[in-house]
Amino acid sequence: MAEYKTPATEADFEANFAQIKPLMNANEAYYESGRCLFCYDAPCVNACPTSIDIPLFIRQINSGNASGAAKTIYDSNYFGNACGKVCPTEVLCEGACVYTNQGVKAIEIGRLQNFATDKVLKTGKPLYKTLPKNGKKVAIIGAGPAGISCACELSFSGYNATVFEAKSLPSGLTVHGVAPYKITNEEVLAEMDFLQKQFGFEIKYNSKIETAEDLQKLETEFDAVFIGVGLGKTASLQMPGENLENCLGAVEFIEQLRLNHAEIKVGEKVIVLGGGNTAMDAASESARMGAEEVVLAYRRDQTEMGAYAFEYELAKHAGVKGIFNVQPLEILGTDKVAGVKFIRTETLNGKISTIPGSEFILPCDMVIKATGQEKQRNLLHQISGLELASNGTIKINEATFQTTKPKYFAGGDAANGGMEVVNAANEGKRAAKGIHQFLTEKR
Amino acid sequence: MADLSINFAGIKSPNPFWLASAPPTNTGYQVMKAFDAGWGGAVWKTLAVPVINTSSRYGSVNYKDKRMVGFNNIELISDRPVADNLREIEEVKKRFTDSAVIASLMFQTREEWHRIVRDVENAGADGIELNFGCPHGMCERGMGSAVGQEPKVLQTIVEWVMEVAKIPVIVKLTPNITDITQPAIAAKAGGANAISLINTIQSLVGVDIDNFVPYPIVDGKSTNGGYCGPAVKPVALNMVKNCAQIPGFNLPISGIGGIETWRDAVEFMLLGSGSVQIATAVMHYGFGIIRELTSGLNNYLDEKGFASVNEIVGKAVPNVTSWENLNLKYEVKAEIHEEKCIECQLCYTACEDGAHQAIGLREGSRIPYIIKENCVGCNLCSLVCPSEGCITMERVDDGSQHLTWKQMTAAGDIPTDFNDPRAGGLLHHANPTEQAFVTKRPLHYEAKV
Ligand SMILES: Cc1cc2nc3c(=O)[nH]c(=O)nc-3n(C[C@H](O)[C@H](O)[C@H](O)COP(=O)(O)OP(=O)(O)OC[C@H]3O[C@@H](n4cnc5c(N)ncnc54)[C@H](O)[C@@H]3O)c2cc1C
Ligand SMILES: Cc1cc2nc3c(=O)[nH]c(=O)nc-3n(C[C@H](O)[C@H](O)[C@H](O)COP(=O)(O)O)c2cc1C
Ligand code: SF4
Ligand code: SF4
Ligand code: SF4
Repeated sequence: MAEYKTPATEADFEANFAQIKPLMNANEAYYESGRCLFCYDAPCVNACPTSIDIPLFIRQINSGNASGAAKTIYDSNYFGNACGKVCPTEVLCEGACVYTNQGVKAIEIGRLQNFATDKVLKTGKPLYKTLPKNGKKVAIIGAGPAGISCACELSFSGYNATVFEAKSLPSGLTVHGVAPYKITNEEVLAEMDFLQKQFGFEIKYNSKIETAEDLQKLETEFDAVFIGVGLGKTASLQMPGENLENCLGAVEFIEQLRLNHAEIKVGEKVIVLGGGNTAMDAASESARMGAEEVVLAYRRDQTEMGAYAFEYELAKHAGVKGIFNVQPLEILGTDKVAGVKFIRTETLNGKISTIPGSEFILPCDMVIKATGQEKQRNLLHQISGLELASNGTIKINEATFQTTKPKYFAGGDAANGGMEVVNAANEGKRAAKGIHQFLTEKR
Repeated sequence: MADLSINFAGIKSPNPFWLASAPPTNTGYQVMKAFDAGWGGAVWKTLAVPVINTSSRYGSVNYKDKRMVGFNNIELISDRPVADNLREIEEVKKRFTDSAVIASLMFQTREEWHRIVRDVENAGADGIELNFGCPHGMCERGMGSAVGQEPKVLQTIVEWVMEVAKIPVIVKLTPNITDITQPAIAAKAGGANAISLINTIQSLVGVDIDNFVPYPIVDGKSTNGGYCGPAVKPVALNMVKNCAQIPGFNLPISGIGGIETWRDAVEFMLLGSGSVQIATAVMHYGFGIIRELTSGLNNYLDEKGFASVNEIVGKAVPNVTSWENLNLKYEVKAEIHEEKCIECQLCYTACEDGAHQAIGLREGSRIPYIIKENCVGCNLCSLVCPSEGCITMERVDDGSQHLTWKQMTAAGDIPTDFNDPRAGGLLHHANPTEQAFVTKRPLHYEAKV
């Protein structure tokens, strides 16, 4: 029996996708914040990519100054609320909390963070006074965590920031990709709304930057351009059967789940291909959508999975079964998916090889490929002078986030190859500082 | 099983734990319930006229997740008629012959005192406690702490009481006085059989910062109250010790103030308390705490090989001396037991900013180390360390030398001016003219400048 029934109503969906980090009430926040030791040179801060002053905001919560706490958080990270909910805190701040050194439960930093940010999101309290406009204009391609963070920081410093976004909603993968049990659409969008009201930048939706002319226009109209386009669609596996009905890319499946889950019909038996966090999410999500059986198939050993251990645990809790050392050869079926043909593998000296004669077929009626996202080469290749690394990421100066083409800066997944929301938020903000330096040094 | 029973100035009770005169002893119903739970005695909520109810009346000091680490009240004595109290004392004593009932009293004239003493004796009380401690309300009318602060007045009233009292009389002292031994001596001079201390400490527990009124609030105004609960224990311990050390005093002492666990109680006993009284902890957790108190005390006595409570009363008193008698040659230094370190670096920042810059940080490790030359052995790091037993203070002198300030004074060998090397100032590691002593500045300091 599956753990979850197919959600028939909106309430069913919300129950199946119940928040794993629900909002703390005032009592929880008071008691939990009271436990923080206020460490010196705190390891939790060092573990946060945006270096939020965690002991400070926890102390502010404890002394009844939640909006001060929210300001501390937003001073370092414009995606403060989203990050509290979607960050892999177990391997970041909470994983570094000194309490874990003695087997005591780490401080619930993520949830405390949300307790504070939620307060200002609800009241809309103005936290920032932007500097007077300096007349300079910056174009930002992509309204993901990197792009929006860059826009916030630039607007704060007096720039006119205009964000060009291909889709019709802001926040990039935060609303289109992150699992719904981590954060709801409403929560993501409330923060975006809050940021736009605080800083007043403009987002042009349904405005994909595609052609050389588009780029030329940006270059002439703006003093600098930030590239925050993230990664693209799910990469092809280059194997027969990929075009069959019910064979989907994970990113596309999840986007539909987030925006229009009522339209999704998961199969009875779903096979998810991959061993990264996206694979774990897609598997969990299929199970929560009511699939009878969800199998996670990974080419290598369980220990070699790219996914965090707690993400795999979460998937197992949802009823997902993992099979390891199996490589897909072909997706079977006439017009619809009917199964996957695998071959077993083994790892010798870190190299995997297939075991001849070990082929087998696993029947299923849906396949989700979670085998990585493509790079945004189509767009990036059109920017002459912009160099990419061999893996397709944009080459940048690590201090300023400037690309090899001086007017262009870049950050987030497009430059780091695919990390977390918190990294993109950090890089977008730091790139804004790089842009400011570039535009003030020039003359 | 050690013998927990006591005979306190002639008041016998099955264990040394008494309810202090406070709301838990307001009615016969409560006192009987307490005795059923196992309390050894109860000092009845102070009997007096007039009967007054104050609303609201309590305030609390909360520390992080802990509530009521300090507690404050502005209520007056019993809110019930004296006649009702007397009747209930009689009922309780009929049902509970072993447990002690002590009547707390606060009156004004000699005649009133005489009458009430006879009344409570007739009701069957085992003892009397004179409330000379209440620091709010009653003192404005010349009672409570107004008496406790005037040794002469106190002595006179004790004498009035002793004129008629046939049962033991305890005088309850107020801590709102510079020298607690003066009222203690006056109580003895007046003929009292025992003393008890402390009553509450005059306080303002906090301020409502939205409405600009201190707590607790009575129709937009407040008044000073009396402070008690865990936070006052150190003040109470010191005053109990001071009374226990009065030469030739010899009156039994009932210790009160911030007692919550058996450990607190043992500390009071070691400093000279023959019985202990508890109010706030019962108001917080109810009568049930008596089970932890008796079982803890019993275990402690058994483990230490004491047969009865009496054997520990005052055992720590000889070990409290004046500063001039301390051995100045005794020296401890901090030691970090790395296997217990949780790497919070609270010790580092405490010593660096708040003590003697005697803790350093190494590149590549979060575990701090002690810079032994700089450590003055103050204990601060071991107190802030959240990991039990992680920082210990280890003796470093060889124990062969003993030198006190008193001896130095007698020998005419004490520092006389600011530059006297005997004061140690010139040898301080922070003194810039003595570079040699600044041996190892903590890494962090250099790195961050
Ligand atoms: C399935 C999945 C689950 C994830 N779960 C988590 C998680 O739980 N926690 C976490 O921290 N991170 C998670 N991540 C990673 C995280 O979402 C990304 O690292 C982060 O969103 C990257 O931000 P970004 O701004 O660089 O790019 P994106 O979020 O990808 O945003 C890029 C934006 O640019 C727009 N865009 C692209 N091309 C153009 C163009 N040519 N013109 C105009 N606009 C364009 C896109 O529409 C998009 O809005 C997950 C990722 C995936 C795929
Ligand atoms: C609400 C309250 C009322 C009190 N009323 C009296 C009283 O009527 N008579 C008295 O002698 N002491 C009174 N006290 C003082 C207590 O008996 C006791 O001396 C003091 O609270 C310290 O002990 P604790 O820390 O265990 O509470 C009162 C204390 C409190 C908290
Ligand atoms: S490491 Fe843990 S205890 Fe220390 S400051 Fe951070 S959250 Fe608080
Ligand atoms: S005992 Fe005092 S001086 Fe010595 S290391 Fe600890 S805090 Fe510093
Ligand atoms: S205070 Fe204790 S636990 Fe914290 S770093 Fe110092 S020695 Fe380690």
